[in-house]
Amino acid sequence: MPVSISPQGQPRWRLRTSRAQWLGYLAWLIGACLFLLCWKMISDNTMWVFVADAGRQGGDLISRMLPPDWHYAHRLWKPMWDTLNIATLGTLLGIAMAFPVAFLAARNTTPHPLIRSLALGLIVSSRSINSLIWAMLLVTILGPGVLAGIIAIALRSIGFIGKLLYEAIEEIHPTPVEAISATGARRLQVMSYGVLPQVLPAFAGISVYRWDINIRESTVLGLVGAGGIGLQLNAAINSLAWSQVSVIFLMIFVTVLASEWISARVRHAII
Amino acid sequence: MNREQLADQAFTREALASTGRWRRLPFIADPKVRWAMGIGAAVYLALALASIEVNWERVAEGMSRALNFLGAFTQPDFLSRRDDIIDGILESLTMTLTSTVIGVALAIPVGLGAARNIAPLPIYLVCRSIITVSRTFQEIIIAILFVVMFGFGPLAGVITLAFATIGFMAKLLAEDIEDLDWRQVEAIRATGASWWQTMNHAVQPQVMARLIGLSMYRLDINFRESAVIGIVGAGGIGATLNTSMSRYEYDTSAAILLIIIAVVLLCEYGSSHVRRWTQ
Repeated sequence: MPVSISPQGQPRWRLRTSRAQWLGYLAWLIGACLFLLCWKMISDNTMWVFVADAGRQGGDLISRMLPPDWHYAHRLWKPMWDTLNIATLGTLLGIAMAFPVAFLAARNTTPHPLIRSLALGLIVSSRSINSLIWAMLLVTILGPGVLAGIIAIALRSIGFIGKLLYEAIEEIHPTPVEAISATGARRLQVMSYGVLPQVLPAFAGISVYRWDINIRESTVLGLVGAGGIGLQLNAAINSLAWSQVSVIFLMIFVTVLASEWISARVRHAII
Repeated sequence: MNREQLADQAFTREALASTGRWRRLPFIADPKVRWAMGIGAAVYLALALASIEVNWERVAEGMSRALNFLGAFTQPDFLSRRDDIIDGILESLTMTLTSTVIGVALAIPVGLGAARNIAPLPIYLVCRSIITVSRTFQEIIIAILFVVMFGFGPLAGVITLAFATIGFMAKLLAEDIEDLDWRQVEAIRATGASWWQTMNHAVQPQVMARLIGLSMYRLDINFRESAVIGIVGAGGIGATLNTSMSRYEYDTSAAILLIIIAVVLLCEYGSSHVRRWTQ
């Protein structure tokens, strides 16, 4: 740690050198300027008249939401079942596609560096694009319905599961792999007896974790027409039936909490 | 399964192996649980697949559009809607930065309050419920409510993303604080430090590196989300993307998607550098 001499000739301990200190101040200054510039741009594009009204609007919204229209809940069981199906089947389809991609993307199992960069590109593009955008695209291609939702969830899951799984594969212990190869096993046999048992717990954990995230995401896919409870939500909001909206919100809240609890328990049991 | 059964099983496995019929251990040890889960999964799959209605005529009709879309990726059109795209991307980027800064600044007190080892029970419960509400609802649902309250435009988007950031950052920060090294806190307290000084000299140095890493990660997530919440009118590139898709202008959509992927890649590259620099 640097020492400076005070005017009285006493040595003083300091956390940073003067140079590091000034560079730190400069970084903060640039950060603050950038933030203020961005805030200015947003503030220019905002109608502050509406914002001044926000408190009253919010109160109005809550008074319309309460009490929730409980009779409406009967009509929500089928959409909720659809939502669960979109999340579960989408996750299964995503797993099926992500599994080979992860093996192609891991440095120690890929057949060729060129294939590896291709697989990594696939993982990045799947991860960058939100499932709602995939759904929007698939609804224009396949038409509205549950199928578009399932495929959208699956496409988004490839990147997530693929990334975490290929990192797990790269971290495996090399000795079991060497032991299996030493017996004269073929490439696929080495994968199946040397690599797979080591990544299976991580893989199961990742899949359950993604299933839990997918439940959350599939509740909104209906906003762009891809089936599930989001369709009901969209209809209720468009007809300004806020007492129905609050029932849907409660239902989503309970489902997501339940799925999060299940996923935490399963992951705890596996790992 | 008790120990005797396990020993029994190990003996049978050895006997099988000596005759060359070795099989690997199953993933789920108890055969009853294994079969129950297998049958349960099969029944669920049958029920789920039966309840899906697919309009195959519509799907067949859409296949030519799918080909169009794939073709558009080979020749994306950045030019014909250039002004809309530039405006949208700039708005998305400004929203990302502002909302991350505001969100992280608000998440730090909430995260401190949600750590059981430094917060009293009432504050802990309040902060935990804020985190749960913020994490349960998708950004887009929150965006709908904030658009109703604050009107169309990027401000509603910024508030939405900041709210979502609070839940994400505060949860991870609280978990980090809950398993910090308690001896350092005791050492600082033993010098007679106040609460504020304890936070600043014992807690903050232990969680800072991870906090910066998580903020960079959240910056990346917020950019991806800002591409979506435009669909409900909360500003950003999402509105442009939505319009181009519903007009079947796939070449413009492809251009926007490619830009999003490029920005996310840049963000990831930058954040890995910042993380190496801070640690």
